[in-house]
Amino acid sequence: MFVDFFFGLRQARIPVTIREYLMMLEALAAGAADADVDKFYVLARSAMVKDERFFDGYDKVFENFFKGAVHEVEELFSKVVPEDWLRALAARLFDPAERAKLEAMSFDALMDELAKRLQEQERRHQGGNRWIGTGGTSPFGNSGMNPVGVRIGGEGGGKSATKVWEKREFRALAGDVEIGTRNIKVALRRLRKFVRGGAEEEFDLDGTVRATADNAGWLDIRMQAERKNRVKVLLFFDIGGSMDSHVRVSEELFSAARSELKHLEYFYFHNFLYERVWRENRRGYNEWIPTWEVLNTYGPDFKVILVGDATMSPFEITEAGGSIEHWNEESGEIWLRRLLACYPDAVWINPVPVERWMSTPSLRLTYQIMSRRMYPLTLEGLDSAMNLLRRGIRSLAQR
Amino acid sequence: MKFTGTDTYIATDDLMTAVNAAITLERPLLVKGEPGTGKTLLAREVADALGRPFFEWHVKSTTKAQHGLYEYDAVSRLRDSQLGEERVRDIRNYIKRGMLWEAFVCDRPAVLLIDEIDKADIEFPNDLLRELDRMEFYVYETQETVEATYRPAVIITSNNEKELPDAFLRRCFFHYIRFPDNETMERIVSVHFPDIKKTLLKAALESFYSIRDVNGLKKKPSTSELLDWLKLLLAEDLSAEELRGEAASAIPRLYGALLKNEQDVHMFERLAFLSRRQGG
Repeated sequence: MFVDFFFGLRQARIPVTIREYLMMLEALAAGAADADVDKFYVLARSAMVKDERFFDGYDKVFENFFKGAVHEVEELFSKVVPEDWLRALAARLFDPAERAKLEAMSFDALMDELAKRLQEQERRHQGGNRWIGTGGTSPFGNSGMNPVGVRIGGEGGGKSATKVWEKREFRALAGDVEIGTRNIKVALRRLRKFVRGGAEEEFDLDGTVRATADNAGWLDIRMQAERKNRVKVLLFFDIGGSMDSHVRVSEELFSAARSELKHLEYFYFHNFLYERVWRENRRGYNEWIPTWEVLNTYGPDFKVILVGDATMSPFEITEAGGSIEHWNEESGEIWLRRLLACYPDAVWINPVPVERWMSTPSLRLTYQIMSRRMYPLTLEGLDSAMNLLRRGIRSLAQR
Repeated sequence: MKFTGTDTYIATDDLMTAVNAAITLERPLLVKGEPGTGKTLLAREVADALGRPFFEWHVKSTTKAQHGLYEYDAVSRLRDSQLGEERVRDIRNYIKRGMLWEAFVCDRPAVLLIDEIDKADIEFPNDLLRELDRMEFYVYETQETVEATYRPAVIITSNNEKELPDAFLRRCFFHYIRFPDNETMERIVSVHFPDIKKTLLKAALESFYSIRDVNGLKKKPSTSELLDWLKLLLAEDLSAEELRGEAASAIPRLYGALLKNEQDVHMFERLAFLSRRQGG
């Protein structure tokens, strides 16, 4: 009986699994809720929602499901349901003649029309209490209960429109799990290079066996230093204005890098790499350090990761004096090439989706300067970038 | 038997429901919440309230999942073999039981606390999936399977330093201990300081919540810090009026118990300065 609620949660993008749903049912069967709605609220939440970030979403679904309060259709449209789904839904709800008319409509007008139609239908079928929404017998989701008969996935339907949604949905889902601190950390782990160093405090089995044998059977215990991650990384972060829209994901990458890599030095730059970089991300102009100093301080065994959208006017890269913030004596291109000469193992991570790379001249230019070692800030991208860094650039040349 | 809080621990209804569900279904309960909201304390109190034996396993950054099960002390066995000791013949003498093992073989249902699971390596929770799920594990050295006679109630705390793997989360009940509201806080305080004067408590709580409301604090003072502070206030024998009078200057008396960060203290001094200037 709570299947709809379960799908409501899933629809609100709360990662609930069947296993957790069953756990909730089991708890109910064991009498843990005492037939009390408040208790049920807590119980279902603790069984199915495992992160406080989703509590808000859970509350909304719960409210929707149990109070039967139908939210403003419009509001839900804007929040929950992507435009493509609605257009496709409209295609099912209206007959062909109407549809032709609708096709020319603006999104807002379409939504108005759709809302009206849905309300009518609601009156006609008295059973269907919740039409579009995060809970209940929603037209979306594949419980197959909804009177509109719109299914996503599963059999039924079989119209080409449904198939389009299927694809849509998967893409949206993939976008959801795209990246998170944990995922980034796991990707960064590929970069680990274990070296023994420091105090000898670990039992060395092989050494002990060998030494004991040499000793004619008398035990000779050998210790060795613990293996530690010795990979060294320089991280350059773009904090120019165009990066603002990528702040969240960049922050996640940064915090993951900080906790995964011990030998990490990080610097910030604005738009492009020039003769100075910053240590603090507050854009105080006083505390910069010369890029030369960085190049001279850290040896070639450091690996370099640049993070930036490389989106700007191409002049900012190619021309001396091209920087929008100060007069740079040498062009950004020279500086980037200089960096690459110092640190052969370097990659550029770009939060801009790959599809847009080639249509942005400055990005294309950077891509060329980096000799194609630019990767999107997605899990796959990070994975390949880290693999490349781990094996070293020379391995690329050998292939 | 149900957990309903104890004389020294005030549990909200939400918390009780979650704890009881986890105990009834014998599934682990993951507890998160701001530092100082009594996460670690919860397990001990549950054990006390239900009269169960209590085992705690504190996780550190170097802790491995294996440490909770057992450790095989090969080095001392090697040493003993050199000395010709009799006990060397039985490998069991060199297997040290971990907390999970102890809790599994306890002669009645126990309570096991796995404290600060997020401190360990990112893969740590994954290594415990089967053990917590089936409540059994295999000891390779003696080739025996340790099974839980009674499934212990497992309470796991996390401070959110690392995200926990989904597979692990799926197997747990989850509860987020919210920061207590004024009313709950009064109950909590009265459990710890039954003799505190109503007026002083009111003034102190006002001051406390107003500090928490200040934006941009690096670390908000928590329940345990409030309790420490009240202890100090009582020791100094301050009256409510004295406390109120000082609250106006924005920085409360004995703030060291509440503010643990010099930046926060600076910020309060600045605020105090501003409010004096505006007042004067």
